[in-house]
Amino acid sequence: MKFKDYYAILGVERGATEAEIKKAYRRLAHKYHPDVSKEKDAEARFKEVAEAYATLKDAEKRAAYDQLGPHRPGEEIRPPPGWGTQFGEAGSVFEDVDLADLFAGLAGHRGRGRPRGASGGVRGEDYEARVAITVEEAFHGTEVSLDLATTEFDEHGVPRRVPRHVKARIPKGVADGQVLRLPGQGGKGAHGGRDGDVYLAVALRPHRLYRVSDHDLFLDLPVTPWEAALGATVKIPTLAGSVNLKVPAGTRAGHHLRLAGRGLPTPRGGAGDLYAIVQIAMPAELSARERSLVEELAAASTFNPRRHLE
Amino acid sequence: MTTERDEAFGFDEERPLALSDLADLSGLSEAEVLELVDYGALSPADATAGQCVFTVRAVTIARTARRLREEFELEPHGVALLLSCLDRIRDLEEQLRALQVRLPR
Repeated sequence: MKFKDYYAILGVERGATEAEIKKAYRRLAHKYHPDVSKEKDAEARFKEVAEAYATLKDAEKRAAYDQLGPHRPGEEIRPPPGWGTQFGEAGSVFEDVDLADLFAGLAGHRGRGRPRGASGGVRGEDYEARVAITVEEAFHGTEVSLDLATTEFDEHGVPRRVPRHVKARIPKGVADGQVLRLPGQGGKGAHGGRDGDVYLAVALRPHRLYRVSDHDLFLDLPVTPWEAALGATVKIPTLAGSVNLKVPAGTRAGHHLRLAGRGLPTPRGGAGDLYAIVQIAMPAELSARERSLVEELAAASTFNPRRHLE
Repeated sequence: MTTERDEAFGFDEERPLALSDLADLSGLSEAEVLELVDYGALSPADATAGQCVFTVRAVTIARTARRLREEFELEPHGVALLLSCLDRIRDLEEQLRALQVRLPR
């Protein structure tokens, strides 16, 4: 079991008062709570801060933690003999347990988890995980692997860290930011309570071509000035393969050309749209022939796009 | 280490959620859910006499409410206030993103 310096994590002295610990926790929670923070690694930092506070705010747990003595963070430690029984835990085994589980275990004899259901059982803990998938995976559906560590307690309330590898199928049509649920894949329920769930927040990775808004896709479509002027049929990539798109004559830069139903699938069997945003692309260099034709056009045309500025 | 395979699925958006379902999925008590309804943080889809029915969107809101209550040690009124601010931020972020994707790079 690796030692964590809960006082250092909260930035307080070992002799800090309850009020000082609470204040330090609140300050860090404002900064790192994943629901309100945009800080990098906010979730991991908040988890650490919450774990430290959960132990130090409770006088009994703090006394138990203090008995472990100061160590270097990351140092391997074993609680002294009789340490667990002193705090109401019998026959502790400290294998496969981290410090957070140990202190959660100290609460075991007081009852843990949340009572639920008519049976009066204790419902297993829910877990939240994040997964990033590609736009192609959202289009076709995919399977992701999750490595979870669930905490289980024996009949004496002794915690045990149980690693679990869960494979989850992500259905096609999942949207960026959508939360999916894996029922019964969370912590084990106790005394007839049902198992907890895993909530999986899905994020779409940025794509080289497409930008995603809900189930619609947006693609930049460069066309030549003469394609825009004369109209053209151009081949564009969609998630289901290339399609021909008609660029109407007189198309302007910034026009959105819509391909209905070529976006991401929706859960109810429909699909979003694909929008090709027209960009007028100029060649980096004109050949002599091209220059001559453009000069001829410039001389012949009376078109003035800046008339409204005059 | 066990390997299990399961289907991850979105909530059935058509399925109405009873007060007890919402409490069960969120970890809030039914009384806490009703208090959030009183403060306007949760809106029942159908509030007929003696029966509160919610849409699945309420699950995310209620789960966030439970986290905020526990981790910021907030009273229900503070939770409701923070939820409404977070909701406004999320709406604005969505509008900003929807505009950004429409701009050529």
